[in-house]
This record gives sequence, C-alpha cells and structure tokens, in this order.
Amino acid sequence: MTKPEKLIVDGKRLDGRGPLDLRPIKFKAGVLKRADGSCYLEFGGNKVMAAVYGPREVHPRHLQNSSRAIVRYRYNMAAFSVEDRKRPGPDRRSIEISKVSREALECVVLEALYPRSAIDIFVEILQADAGTRAAGINAASVALADAGIPMKCLVSACAVGKVDDTLVLDLNKDEDNYGQADLPIAVTQFGDVSLCQMDGHLTEEEFGQAVDMAIVGCKKLHEMQKQALVEKYGEMVSPQAEEAEAQKADGGERSE
Amino acid sequence: MSEDIIAEIKRDYIYSLANQGDRADGRKFDEFRPISIEVGVINKAEGSSRVMIGQSQVVVGVKVQPGEPFPDTPDTGVIITNLELVPLASPSFETGPPREDAIELARVVDRGVRESGAIDLSKLCIESGQKVWMVFIDVHVLDHDGNLMDAASLGAIAALRNTTMPYARYGLGEDVKLPLKDVPVGITAVNIGGVIMLDPSLDEENVASCKLTVITNKEGALAGMQKSGVGTLTPDEVKYIVHIAKDKANVLREKLEGLS
Repeated sequence: MTKPEKLIVDGKRLDGRGPLDLRPIKFKAGVLKRADGSCYLEFGGNKVMAAVYGPREVHPRHLQNSSRAIVRYRYNMAAFSVEDRKRPGPDRRSIEISKVSREALECVVLEALYPRSAIDIFVEILQADAGTRAAGINAASVALADAGIPMKCLVSACAVGKVDDTLVLDLNKDEDNYGQADLPIAVTQFGDVSLCQMDGHLTEEEFGQAVDMAIVGCKKLHEMQKQALVEKYGEMVSPQAEEAEAQKADGGERSE
Repeated sequence: MSEDIIAEIKRDYIYSLANQGDRADGRKFDEFRPISIEVGVINKAEGSSRVMIGQSQVVVGVKVQPGEPFPDTPDTGVIITNLELVPLASPSFETGPPREDAIELARVVDRGVRESGAIDLSKLCIESGQKVWMVFIDVHVLDHDGNLMDAASLGAIAALRNTTMPYARYGLGEDVKLPLKDVPVGITAVNIGGVIMLDPSLDEENVASCKLTVITNKEGALAGMQKSGVGTLTPDEVKYIVHIAKDKANVLREKLEGLS
C-alpha cells in the first residue's frame, strides 16, 4: 500500500465521511452462551468480541485482594486479523493496551462489592482496522453491563487524529498509517477521562480541540451502547412483559 | 501504579497537605526535585547517561549496530527501546520477564523518541533493503523513588545526544555523532484529590489516583501522551497538565544543553 496523495479532498475523507463522522457501528450485547456477559462490535472494519466472566474465584490465589475484586483485561489480536499474519500470543503492544484498557474500565466498576474475587474481561480482535483499543473498550463496557457487574456508568472510547493538518474523529486505517497524530480517549458517562494516549504531532491548541471532539464522539457511542443493552433487555423490563410474567406466575400457583 | 502498601495515615497526610497547598517535601506543585544528568558514563556503549530526579536513578545505554531493516521501511533505521525494572531498584521489583509497568515505561519512552522524530532515521541507511543502523536504547532503573517515567525519558534523550555512530568499527568511514533533529522531554503529573502536581515522589505516586505523562518536542508541540492508573481526570485537568508540561519541559531541556 502506498500513501494516498491526499487524505482529505473537498472537506471529505477518502471513505466519504466528514471530519466529525464516525464509521458505521453495530453493537450486539449477549452473543456468547458460556460467558456471563458478552458483546460483539463492528466498528468500521473492526470486528471485536468481548466477554466477561465473574465475579469469580481468583486463580492464582495470591492475586486475590481481601477488600475488593480485581479486574483483569486481556486484549488479544487474532493471527488473521491483520494484513501480515500476527504471531499469536501477547506482545509488548497488547500488554500495554491491556493495561491501559483495564485502567480505563476499572474506575467505573464497583470493585468493593466483591472482595477476594476476579472480574475477567477478554477482548478478541477478529479483524483489525485502526482503533482496535477503543473498539475493545466500547465492547468490554457493554459486556460488563451484560454480565450484570455493578458499575457507576458505561465507558465509551474513540480516537481523534490529525490528517492533512485537519483534526478528524475516528481514524480509518489509511488515516492511522499516514496521519500526523492519533489520540485515543475514553470517557465515562460523566465526562471524566479514563484513558488518554497520544502519539504524533499536535500543538496545544489542536490538542484542546481534539479532546472536545473525542468527547462528542464518545457521547454518540454511549447512546449506541445503551441502545444495544435496551435491545437485549428492553423487552424483559418493559411494563407489559412484567405483567405477563406476573400472570404466568399466578397461573402456575392456581394449577398446583 | 506500584503495589506498595501505603499506610492509611500516610495517604491522609498527603491528601490533606495537598488540600492546604503543600507537599510532604515542601515543594511547590509544579516544582521538580533536584535533577542531575551525566553523560558518557559507560564507555562500552555508543552513548550513555545517568539521570537522577530526587533519589530516583536510571542509567541509559545506547548501542548502535548494523542490522536488517523492516521490509516496509527499507531505507530507515530502526529504534528498539527496552527498560528493565531490576530487583535492586525496589523491594517490589522481581526477577523474571518484564511486567506490564516496565513494558509501559519502555513504550512511552520509545513513543517520545519515535514520534518527535528525534532521531533522523533517514540518515541511518547503509544499504537500501539490506543493512541499516539499529539504535538500541536500554534503560536500567537503579533506584525507584518515584517518577521513573520522566527520569527514563530524560535519560534516553541525554544518552542519544551523547551517541557516536561506530562507523570506523564496521569499516564504513569515520565516526560521526548520531543525527538528531529534536529533543523530546516527558513531564509527568499526578492527580491527588483534584490537585495536580508534577514530578511525584514515590509516596505521592503510590497514593495518586492516576498520572498523566506529556511528551513535548522542542517547539512545544505534543509528541506523545500516556495516562496511567485507575482514576480519571476531567478534560480541563488534562488540558491544564498539557499546558504546564509544555513550559516545564523547556526547563528540563535547558539542563541538557552543554552536555554531549
């Protein structure tokens, strides 16, 4: 692949988006049978599966904490997820991503409720197309909620970058490869920053704008995450469904 | 953040001091501990430095060797950064493969050097597609007294500025200095109960909810950032840290002048 001459033509990006547009995004909560909570996410060309197990017993036992649950996060890229085959197993990049992603989510998990237990989050990148760490956090956040883990709120993440001296939301692969800066950010529902990394070149002024853009993007993602949970659980908690449940229960008692 | 167990009393002490606008060692919130930088401390290395920030101490060695380029960048040199938290530096460091905090430190040091374009990699080609110079930056932490991130990144650029390319040893001509274009400097801030302070001491680092490292280049533009730790920062806090880090980096950069 060679560098395209221009990444922005007439105010439009090469994939037709404006600077503030996200790629097409599709969340689906609760897709795995064995996991306590799960979420499948398509984020542009990214295909990401997240699963949550726990709270459960900690192995190895010396890791357990007597005052709170520990949170573990494993970001793993499939060998076939990228152009050139990736050697399977953790490398330095995925260890770092696992660390910062865990920290981005840990601040909203009410760990004190489950002393001596572990909450394990597994994120598998099945297809990578720039912005996998943000996609992983978005999916993991929904999977945590799907598992019924008590949380203060959801966490949403997206990246802002600079291409052709213009700030753009949610970089695609070409923009990531040939752009001038990449700034992945995660925020809680209350607007607090829980993940902030950056590489490339940004002035202080650009950085200020970029943070504001990222927060706008995260707000959009937050709505989609909520929607995914409503899609799975909305019917179960709607008044009609509750009524039906109640009737069924009554019927059951009468027949006994 | 370190797994050290901090007495509740110490935590309360640091937080209440911060509330009153003070720190345990009497520094201002934006004040660094004394910094000392020496270069050329390891003769066997092509470049080296020893940096102390307070009692934190790192030695950085740069080795330069010919090697094969990556297939997608046949004409550019290679940077490889490694950092070891050796057990002599802290009771909480253990032998064995690098832990995630060592990997994070190494990758953030690498990010600063790489993304600021500090090393002119285009000048490190020996034979296109066959042979390029590989620059190995190895950070050895000797004493962990807080803020290893800034010590390591300062040590890395100090050692790179001290580096001589070993052309003669490989029969490629006369030795020259490593071609450098920029001077990235990392500044780390912690958030202690809503108070932002620079250059956290070990205790401050351990009780802080999170830290943010901001790496700027010599023009004051951002080259890299990393938030580390479980807590959160408000967007305004992040912007404030970026602002003060930019100015503080210049003070540290001045300390590198005259050394080589």
